[in-house]
Amino acid sequence: MSTVIDNLERAQLRRVPSFQPGDRLRVHFQVVEGNRRRTQVFEGVVLKRQGHGVRETFTVRKQSFGVGVERTFPLHSPKIERIEVAARGDVRRAKLYYLRGRVGKRARVRERRGAGAEEVVEGGLLHAPVEPAEAVDADGVSAAEGEAVDADGVSAADAPESTGEAPPVEEPAAEAGTSDDEPAE
Amino acid sequence: MPAILARKLGMTQRFLDDGRVERVTVLEAGPCHVTAIRTADRDGYDAVQLGFGAVREKRLTRGELGHLKKAGVPPVRHLAEFRDEAGELQVGDEVRCDVFEPGQTVKVSGISKGKGFQGTIKRHNFSRGPVTHGSHNVRAPGSIGASATPSRVFKGIRGPGRMGGKRVTQKGLEVVEVIPDQNLLLLRGSVPGPRKGTVEVRTDG
Repeated sequence: MSTVIDNLERAQLRRVPSFQPGDRLRVHFQVVEGNRRRTQVFEGVVLKRQGHGVRETFTVRKQSFGVGVERTFPLHSPKIERIEVAARGDVRRAKLYYLRGRVGKRARVRERRGAGAEEVVEGGLLHAPVEPAEAVDADGVSAAEGEAVDADGVSAADAPESTGEAPPVEEPAAEAGTSDDEPAE
Repeated sequence: MPAILARKLGMTQRFLDDGRVERVTVLEAGPCHVTAIRTADRDGYDAVQLGFGAVREKRLTRGELGHLKKAGVPPVRHLAEFRDEAGELQVGDEVRCDVFEPGQTVKVSGISKGKGFQGTIKRHNFSRGPVTHGSHNVRAPGSIGASATPSRVFKGIRGPGRMGGKRVTQKGLEVVEVIPDQNLLLLRGSVPGPRKGTVEVRTDG
């Protein structure tokens, strides 16, 4: 695949916890009803994961009023607010289709022992959007090109501040850089 | 009426804010240089010729090199004429993908993927005959005309033959995004031709 398309797709990836078929998940996803937005939780056993990259989907199965309900979500959908791993399952298959034919106690998945503490994974994009930050940088540079010499020479005292602010996030640093330039004028 | 030459990089998807998925084609559009101008006085029609696709000089004939040298543009692999942009550009001008903007409708022309020799069902959407009850007319084309009169098959009767590999124009594609620093054009929907194929992008309507 072309690297260009790869990059476009990578920019859409979101942070998701690691989970496997057999795990019990709580999927918090947004539902739009008219003008209202609310979060619904779908809890059940992961039947399968399929696809790769942004196209990856997973299917969750649960029993609702005695009826089996399956729902397939795109893993990187922006409508999924959060995925919680409620339990780790001990299974020997990648696709748990055999659960479909079972009801009651037989439809359970054995819990994996020693799975350890659950990691907490925040939502949001996997890779911080780079392009806007670059755009800000580029704008800052192009706007300040005329004054760049001034900024370097006169506001040498300001420079340590801006470098001190640089590590946490890129964008504030860039903004700080431009705001430093203004007093230099 | 902007127009440009582009290279099809492939298709991908994007998530919309409401969670729906949008299928997009990624095109590497331009930069193209104007290599010649056609005028009604001299050539009988108005058009601009655009060149696209950097190539080594060695790959071109002397005639092609001379033509490009006259326009003062670097060696390019593809040349195409566009009547849409006639009169708007000068020889040597550069056309980039930012002549298009998101939300605009475009049409894309290219050489479709070759399918080889195909029957009438795939090639012309004919129906097939019954598969059972002793039928041997499963994928056959059916009647191609009367018998003794006219004792021949009329011209233009659709039959099996080579399919694809022809110029196709897909109209009504929406520009989803323009990324000027990478020369990228993202269109909603599909575009004729294989990946790495060259296509013409023109304003629609």
